Amino acid sequence: MRTLEQTTQEVLSLAAQHFQLAAGTLAPEDDFFKKLGIDSLQTLEMLSRIENHFGIELPDYEVQGVSDFKTLAERIQSRL
Amino acid sequence: MKSFKGKTLRWEWRDSVVELTLDHAPANEIGTAMLAELETFVDAFDVLAPETSVCIIASGRNAVFSAGGDLRELYATAVAVASKDRPAGVRAFLERIHAVMNTIDAAPFVTIAAVHGACLGGGLELALACDMIIADKMARFAFPELRLGFIPGFGGIPRLKRDLGNAFVRDLLFTGRTVNATRAHAVGLVAQLAGEGEALRIARSTAAQITKYDAVTRATAKKFIKPIPHDELRREIELFCELFIRPTVMEALEKFVQSNDVMPYLP
Repeated sequence: MRTLEQTTQEVLSLAAQHFQLAAGTLAPEDDFFKKLGIDSLQTLEMLSRIENHFGIELPDYEVQGVSDFKTLAERIQSRL
Repeated sequence: MKSFKGKTLRWEWRDSVVELTLDHAPANEIGTAMLAELETFVDAFDVLAPETSVCIIASGRNAVFSAGGDLRELYATAVAVASKDRPAGVRAFLERIHAVMNTIDAAPFVTIAAVHGACLGGGLELALACDMIIADKMARFAFPELRLGFIPGFGGIPRLKRDLGNAFVRDLLFTGRTVNATRAHAVGLVAQLAGEGEALRIARSTAAQITKYDAVTRATAKKFIKPIPHDELRREIELFCELFIRPTVMEALEKFVQSNDVMPYLP
């Protein structure tokens, strides 16, 4: 079972890879909408990326209003 | 007409396979422009059918198969007329799109939706009219209509009910959430899963296999296993028009049109 810290790091790494950013560019407290400037289609892509990586389903309504990686990782953790 | 290039889509016939590519910025919304060209496409079926085994429907746009009905156009059209006249305009559009979907559903050849990216609302309804969905593992599916105060109107619920169990149908409809391709495959919505960027290639390879079989047998099998739920489709148009006259709908559409939310499909 992953720890919350491991999950957070994996989310940061997935996001950096997906948006082709250098490792270490993103931090747990970052607002990913502001930092990455993503639109609705990219949000869906990121959701797929996360679900495929962790082998979970993360309903959109559970991440609605979530804008930082740390809270996102908590939502993922509750589905692992 | 074996090839066509319009403003919202194009098609090309080659070796008994016709490929229809939706390519309408920004997200292949199905409004009057795409509807007119889809009508041109299905009108060509009589010419295409004798020499066609498979039709593949795909998207030429990044990260999206189709975001569904053109809600901005729907709102602009509805707001421009008196509220009592709105249902007539909506009904006319629905009758036309149902005719297109029914023709695709009953096409005398096998139809494959090669889906990547977002496949929402009317986009999912178009995919459901096809015989098979081959989905990129990054594809996502949803019926977000209830957030706007109406139901899917392009034949979505009857076709989803025809193919899948109630648990999934109700989850999709009542939550408006998007589901990933793996889940869609597990419940039987998606026939084959493709790696990233591979859905069209796998659809072509599947089409090449399908073309090997006898056309009459193939068409007979399709008719036998895929009846069109005509009564429920008619009922859907009536329910949509009944719901559309409620003020809730115009309020929700206005909010949607003005929204910059990154999850505009959720309330």
